[in-house]
Amino acid sequence: MSVIEAQNLSLTFQTNDGPVHALSDVTLTINKGEFVSFIGPSGCGKTTFLRVVADLEQPTSGSVTVNGMTPEAARKARAYGFVFQAAGLYPWRTIQGNVRLPLEIMGYSRADQEARVKRVMDLVELTGFEKKFPWQLSGGMQQRASIARALAFDADILLMDEPFGALDEIVRDRLNEELLKLWARTQKTIGFVTHSIPEAVYLSTKIVVMSPRPGRITDIIDSALPRERPLDIRDSPEFIAIAHRVREGLRAGHGDHE
Amino acid sequence: MTMRSAGPILTVVGVLMALWYLAVVPMNAPWERDQAARAGRELPFFELLANTMAQERPVLPAPHQVLIGMWTNTLGCDAVGRRACRDTTPLTLTGVGQRLVASAGSNRSLVYHAWVTLTATMLGFVIGTGAGIVLAVGIVYNRAMDASVMPWAITSQTVPIIALAPMIIVVLNSVGVSGIVPKAIIAAYLSFFPVVVGMVKGLRAPDAMQMDLMKTWSAPGASVFAKLRLPSSMPYLFASLKVGIAAALVGTIVGELPVQEGGLGVRLLSGSYYGQTVQIWTALLTAAILAAGLVGIVGAIERRVLRRMGMGQ
Repeated sequence: MSVIEAQNLSLTFQTNDGPVHALSDVTLTINKGEFVSFIGPSGCGKTTFLRVVADLEQPTSGSVTVNGMTPEAARKARAYGFVFQAAGLYPWRTIQGNVRLPLEIMGYSRADQEARVKRVMDLVELTGFEKKFPWQLSGGMQQRASIARALAFDADILLMDEPFGALDEIVRDRLNEELLKLWARTQKTIGFVTHSIPEAVYLSTKIVVMSPRPGRITDIIDSALPRERPLDIRDSPEFIAIAHRVREGLRAGHGDHE
Repeated sequence: MTMRSAGPILTVVGVLMALWYLAVVPMNAPWERDQAARAGRELPFFELLANTMAQERPVLPAPHQVLIGMWTNTLGCDAVGRRACRDTTPLTLTGVGQRLVASAGSNRSLVYHAWVTLTATMLGFVIGTGAGIVLAVGIVYNRAMDASVMPWAITSQTVPIIALAPMIIVVLNSVGVSGIVPKAIIAAYLSFFPVVVGMVKGLRAPDAMQMDLMKTWSAPGASVFAKLRLPSSMPYLFASLKVGIAAALVGTIVGELPVQEGGLGVRLLSGSYYGQTVQIWTALLTAAILAAGLVGIVGAIERRVLRRMGMGQ
């Protein structure tokens, strides 16, 4: 069953230096429960695509539906949670206060808020840090809190825009592992933007390779890796084969320019 | 004030005092020489030196003259009245309290005048801060106000308040408003401006990502304001309030000059009418102490609030 469907989606930004074709003729279907990574160099439109799905940008032409609705209707129906590259926690709120924020805005009852905060804090393994302030937590823990915040209101879709891009390799590995566990437990559909080939291959059931000027899809790879993925799967021949194909796709789309 | 900052501050005060005493001699010496010449006698240097620091109406009073003037005009017998003075001599701690009460009720006392100034300052500060916040919200949320209000706010601050104050008082008096309100309005006129500037900056402090995040939750405007913009603006607000409260005090004192209904401004003006330089300096010192106290109180509240908000230094 498809959750996100894009048909001939194009988006052109008008800038002072002339039009920028952020997305050109993108057609893509994301099915329920999939983990889809978008990979490509800067300017390839991977973030823009996610933002169009989230109704943060308006496409110039083509159509996109989320849960069968327009992105705007889907946003209002709380179809997705969005995780940005920066955790963006409010310094004046405790961790649980930050996770509770969308629930307060959406008008959940007090008791419901408490129960949900407790559940998602447990899900991202931050139990015990509820009363801490963001500055008391490491960057990785802050990003986990922001994931908890995106999960708190039970959206079926999780959109993540380079969520671990600012973290070091070791923390990133751990969070990737935890994200897979979280995905297995919650059955969410995840759209994940990344710069990292190993990250994309390790996490995804589907990898969308994109290239810039104009931003377009050059390859869509369905991963044959099992859903259960220990970290050392990255040394297996299957993993290396997929990573190779991603690299080829990136090179093909980028060849003329560098 | 921590012990660490006390050292440098005391050093600076010491240096200023020394420079002040050095300046007193040449400033007041001409009058002494003149007197001596008129009396037709020679003035030895050390007598000249001593005399320059003990004049009744010096061009520049010596620091100790100002300090004695401070005592005389607050808890001294002149300020509290002869009976209160007799009753509380020798002075005990309760006696100080009684003198303070007596002093607050006497228009010969700086305590009384400082209180008059303080109340108008506070009223003006509250009005100015309120107006400043309202204007800032308008500027941030309304495109027309964004384009039109700020130039006027800036223009308003370029008009010398000393020229504007008498007109405000005359106009308000003619419609039957007198007493504390006209002074408070002049204080508000000066204190709203830093609040507008600071709050506009503060309310716009949330970055694009923060605003996007709010949009992904389909947050209504009231939530964005109450949960994001307003808390984000707090550090900016407090910085503005510190400037604003000092400006309110200046505004009040200027507003007191033409009215002669009490206050530090009256002490300044009457001091200059009668050549009572010590009185001018005591009023100035009182105003400075008042300003330092007010800014200090705002600073203390700022530290408490920002620390509670997790934004303390």
